[in-house]
Amino acid sequence: MTGSKIITHLILICGAIFMTLPVWVAFASSTHAPETLLREGLQIWPGGHFLETYNEVLFVEGGVMKKVTAMQMLGNSMILGVGFAVGKVVISMLAAYAIVYFRFRLAVPLFWVIFLTLLLPLEVRIIPSYKVVADLGLLDTRAGLIVPLIASATGTFFFRQFFRSVPDELLEAARLDGATAWGFFKDILVPLSKTMIAAILIIMFVVGWNQYLWPLIMTTKEENYTLVIGIKQIYQVLSEGGELPQFQKAFALTILATLPPVMVVLIFQNWFVKGLVESEK
Amino acid sequence: MKRVQFEHSPLPYLFIAPQIIIIVIFFLWPAGQAIYQSFLLEDAFGLSSKFVWFRNYKDTIFSDAWLQAAGFTIVFSTIVTVLSLGLALLLAVKANEVLQGARTYKTLLMWAYAIAPPVAGLMGNLMFNPLVGDMYKFMNAIGFDFDHKLDPWDASFVVILISVWKQVSVNFIFFLSGLQGIPNSVIEAATMDCKSSFRRFWTITFPLLAPTTFFLMVINITYAFFDTFGIIDTTTQGAPGGATNTLVFKVYQDGFRGADIGGSSAQSVVLMLMVLALTVIQFRFIEKKVHY
Repeated sequence: MTGSKIITHLILICGAIFMTLPVWVAFASSTHAPETLLREGLQIWPGGHFLETYNEVLFVEGGVMKKVTAMQMLGNSMILGVGFAVGKVVISMLAAYAIVYFRFRLAVPLFWVIFLTLLLPLEVRIIPSYKVVADLGLLDTRAGLIVPLIASATGTFFFRQFFRSVPDELLEAARLDGATAWGFFKDILVPLSKTMIAAILIIMFVVGWNQYLWPLIMTTKEENYTLVIGIKQIYQVLSEGGELPQFQKAFALTILATLPPVMVVLIFQNWFVKGLVESEK
Repeated sequence: MKRVQFEHSPLPYLFIAPQIIIIVIFFLWPAGQAIYQSFLLEDAFGLSSKFVWFRNYKDTIFSDAWLQAAGFTIVFSTIVTVLSLGLALLLAVKANEVLQGARTYKTLLMWAYAIAPPVAGLMGNLMFNPLVGDMYKFMNAIGFDFDHKLDPWDASFVVILISVWKQVSVNFIFFLSGLQGIPNSVIEAATMDCKSSFRRFWTITFPLLAPTTFFLMVINITYAFFDTFGIIDTTTQGAPGGATNTLVFKVYQDGFRGADIGGSSAQSVVLMLMVLALTVIQFRFIEKKVHY
């Protein structure tokens, strides 16, 4: 190995440590007793309290009202992630199909309406959005959690781009065979988009799972917490509740909130990179 | 659009309806409300309100707290963007060079994408916790009088460190895919003409990456403005004394904690204009890229 090669590897190793070490330390620390953490600080090697900590976090009710387990929050997060991903794909595919394959009078203005959503991230309309959902009686419901998140333009743009690259001859041939508009969509376009759909589903699952601001403001009951918003509330209880601070549980919760999206990204790495790079363009 | 299309029918309206209905109810209506409320002043009990033109804008935007938040947001966004782009570019270039272990490096450098900003914030918060956090002890051990609960600089340092950490992986993915898109023939020709790999990078590779870099700048600024909400809410919450308030965090605080609907709405509208500006810049650029 030449000198420059060694330096290259050294830089990459430092980068990899920088990106990985904090999460590893969080995991290792979650497997120690609270006394150990207070006495010795963060831990780099796993300890003997893995089962104890995770068992308690997952199955014993915690939180301010002592009403929620991490298992429940895991379920809520899963519903949000999957619901968000599936909803987004379905809605944006249908809209993109209408825009690309049909001639209709309102096509252009409606396309601009969809485009407008890029200018209106949730953060600039938080309070009125909260009011709308409250007025509709959707606070603390799954519909209220998922539906307002799924209509933004990114997915529609992505499928519009992809549909436009599908050769025109396909539609001509399908029509000669007497295919209806719905039949063409269902039997030809959807199967053709399989890889694209998989890539978008993976990205959107991660995005949905990681939602923070919206679940935070529209969830009031502890049993509806997702992991990402629940861990902060529980952390406050753990570190401020008179007795010995249970830092190992806080670490365990961050690990639980991290694990599912990380697994999805690692398992489907190639699709994920493809989906990310193509959908953001 | 397609050369061949289906003829007039109610079908397209049916297909596009779900998205449009959701957008109208949950995007356009609330945004309209925000604009409308930004011109209203409510009394202390929220019982009546009157139209006050631009008074909310004048009162909030020229307040010290807003100007402080705006100043912090600009400095914060600039530092986060530059550091995370720079670090990611360095790592992507190196990861593109190596043959051994390329895939392992790639995985280890990109996986943090999947971690939510508030989770990263909470992990960082624990690392800097005065009771168990070794980072806190370390900073004090090397001679800083470090206390991010009291010192604005230290608080900013923590928020910036976590925000950069969280953003490196996205930038890395895009830079690496940009680098891999450069044809081998270009690289080979450059290698023949120019021995110094450092000069080769700045004269050949970097200009070819310019479109990616520009696109990522917009993404990173948007991230620093909006997505860091979760990091700030789980670490400093704007403390000490509003020193780490970003504009978005202030909208949330004034609106939800402070119940100042008019002022918070006025701030929202200003943010909308900023997003508009960013989007226009982005699309201008994308049009150019088509002719490139």
